[in-house]
Amino acid sequence: MTEKTTIIVHSGDMDKIYSALIIGNGALSMGMEASLYFTFWGLERLKKDGLEKGSLSKMNMGGLGKSMIKSRMKQANVASLERLMRDYKELGGKIIACEMTMEIMGVKKEELQEELIDEYGAVGTYIHEARESEINLFI
Amino acid sequence: MAEEIKIDVTGETCPVPLVEVRKALRKASPGDIVEVTGTHPASKKEIPMVAEAFGLEIIDTEEKDGVWKIKIRR
Repeated sequence: MTEKTTIIVHSGDMDKIYSALIIGNGALSMGMEASLYFTFWGLERLKKDGLEKGSLSKMNMGGLGKSMIKSRMKQANVASLERLMRDYKELGGKIIACEMTMEIMGVKKEELQEELIDEYGAVGTYIHEARESEINLFI
Repeated sequence: MAEEIKIDVTGETCPVPLVEVRKALRKASPGDIVEVTGTHPASKKEIPMVAEAFGLEIIDTEEKDGVWKIKIRR
């Protein structure tokens, strides 16, 4: 059976979404399956046009820190989150949206980028994925 | 007939070179050669790890002035 990486994306911060998608893409590139479980603040990033909207987890300074980091990333030719998400899906990565978060935050399916989401689930779905994963991360 | 598939990830950084190698390997048929050219130093080390993960052979590696070229047989 193919090895698997499962990541809980709890944070909606831009830098942490980068970490999650880079690790997800790395796992797929190296022949593993990958599953990203978006919950709490992470789920915000699955909203339409929401992927790039997160602030920086540290030194955001009202968005100033974020734009500084973004310009440094551009100089270093770092791929956009949109591109990383596209590659992630192209290589067969799975996206799960947390239904309880949708209830708590009052998020409707129509507000989300439904074309990216493979499954809507709760803790059972996560455990089902995670118990057979070699790499399990909480971001 | 084995084909040679060339990909260029010059200037690209983590994780794009690995992702592009994986995409090319997916499209290649057994026996084809995937030749990847790039500049990101860590990827030069890590592309062979991708090949190893799929049990594939690196048939050639060269580097000149910071530009490396790696050939993998699918």
